[in-house]
Amino acid sequence: MARAVTNRRKAITTAAAWGVGLLIFFPILWTILTSFKTEADAIASPPLFLGFDWTLENYGEVQERSNYFRHFWNSVVISFGSTFLGLLIAIPSAWSMAFVPGKQTKNVLMWMLSTKMLPPVGVLIPIYLIFRDTGLLDTRFGLVIVLTLVNLPIIIWMLFTYFKEIPGEILEAARMDGAALWAEIVHVLTPMAVPGIASTLLLNVILAWNEAFWTLNLTAAEAAPLTAFIASYSSPEGLFYAKLSAASTMAIAPILIMGWFSQKQLVRGLTFGAVK
Amino acid sequence: MGSITLKQVSKSFGSVEVIPPLDLEIDEGEFVVFVGPSGCGKSTLLRLIAGLEDVTTGTVEIDGQDATTIRPAKRGLAMVFQTYALYPHMSVRKNIAFPLKMAKLDEAEIARKVEGAAKVLNLDDYLDRRPGQLSGGQRQRVAIGRAIVREPKAFLFDEPLSNLDAALRVNMRLEILELHKSLETTMIYVTHDQVEAMTMADKIVVLRDGFIEQVGSPLELYRTPANLFVAGFIGSPKMNFIEGPEARRHGAHTIGVRPEHMEISQEDGLWQGTVGVAEHLGSDTFLHVTVAGIGNLTVRAPGEVGVRYGDEISVTAPKEKIHRFDKDGKAIQ
Repeated sequence: MARAVTNRRKAITTAAAWGVGLLIFFPILWTILTSFKTEADAIASPPLFLGFDWTLENYGEVQERSNYFRHFWNSVVISFGSTFLGLLIAIPSAWSMAFVPGKQTKNVLMWMLSTKMLPPVGVLIPIYLIFRDTGLLDTRFGLVIVLTLVNLPIIIWMLFTYFKEIPGEILEAARMDGAALWAEIVHVLTPMAVPGIASTLLLNVILAWNEAFWTLNLTAAEAAPLTAFIASYSSPEGLFYAKLSAASTMAIAPILIMGWFSQKQLVRGLTFGAVK
Repeated sequence: MGSITLKQVSKSFGSVEVIPPLDLEIDEGEFVVFVGPSGCGKSTLLRLIAGLEDVTTGTVEIDGQDATTIRPAKRGLAMVFQTYALYPHMSVRKNIAFPLKMAKLDEAEIARKVEGAAKVLNLDDYLDRRPGQLSGGQRQRVAIGRAIVREPKAFLFDEPLSNLDAALRVNMRLEILELHKSLETTMIYVTHDQVEAMTMADKIVVLRDGFIEQVGSPLELYRTPANLFVAGFIGSPKMNFIEGPEARRHGAHTIGVRPEHMEISQEDGLWQGTVGVAEHLGSDTFLHVTVAGIGNLTVRAPGEVGVRYGDEISVTAPKEKIHRFDKDGKAIQ
């Protein structure tokens, strides 16, 4: 009796989980399907699910009209660049807050998080003007800096929770064993923190890859990443759903593949500290 | 090598003084135990010696040299932590080798020393395992191995056995003692367990609220406790304390008698009482006796005693076994 109930409950929760999963995935699936339709099929009513003439012509046209690889390369430079720069700043600061906390550590952490509560558009004008005056507009370097600043609070928070999980006694043991600060960081802290640093890196690359506010507003042609590449197909004068979908699919494919291969790391990174 | 001297050492965390200025002398080769209830400052004192905490005032001398501002890494001391603090990402071999690697010894020398330590500690078969694959006792052995390979001036133990079960604790206690006998290196051992203190120490330092209550050999503390706190802390079961007219009759504010120094008889004793609970251990019997006008007394009688709940018995203590304390709790000699 009890077993029957738990089995039924298990079946229901499994079905519900699949339902929610598919619901979340549906827009991506629809985008991918639409990218293989003709423009006419893309706007057909009622919508065509699988029964349409599959075609690759959107991909060909998109590639002909704009240079995918230039945007792709810009996205790679901006997302990895901002992530590495962010880690370079965040590792020492998270280390100091986790292992040598002061009276204000909590407040500093909260203050950092609070910067994420401001809508970015609130600082768009000043940042735009600064970028214009310093010649950073439409440069990859400028975007790396902006995205580093935007994501830094999240990187620091993630690393902080990771470092907090490393018992202080192990670092003290290293100190007693004759390790100087540098040896302590290289031989003990870093190997223990590698999983945390790796998932922080992955998550941040994804966040930076998909960031669309600053990348759209601060670029024109030169430094435009894949987000701008997608946006260039949502023109107000015409409906090019199929080409827009093809561009979107091309833009998200690399990060989707990366996410797929590193999902274990990502899940661990996102739930770290929550599950004991 | 291995004498440690604390001169007017104190420690404050913010405005809270956890250790008021104290002096302490630890001789070369001694096994010293810091004992006291939790929060008495014994671990903090050990960490001050290790250098993991900075002293607020005073100086720490190691082998006659001022080490107050020397980094823990350079003090030449080894420490064993309560949580073992092994490096989880390294094999047992690498854990034990780590201090030697830090000391930049050559590979062959390191391998030889690690093998040697593994032999002493029966870890030969586990050298290639990770700490996560070991039992609590084995982990503690690895932690000890990591400490002994570097041949430190002194070993610092911070409650090393409190995470082990009772049977293992007794074994490890003996192993640590044997290690001390063979190495003849100074050892400082922190525990809240007075049995560990009594069985292991050459010298016990009893701490309470950061103050040193008494320093002496186990039997000195047992025979002549300096005050009520030490008298109550050392010895198991705890010493019986009696106040009031009975104490005044002995010229003291409080008198104390250890349960094992009480004698029972059917009649004509010092105090008449009723037996409450009797705990039969086989080797001993603990009787909890209620005496009118005095209170509850614990009596430890050797062997098996045929008394039962509710029996009337009389209890006596030889005069020389009665400890007397004044109203400040200090022992009257």
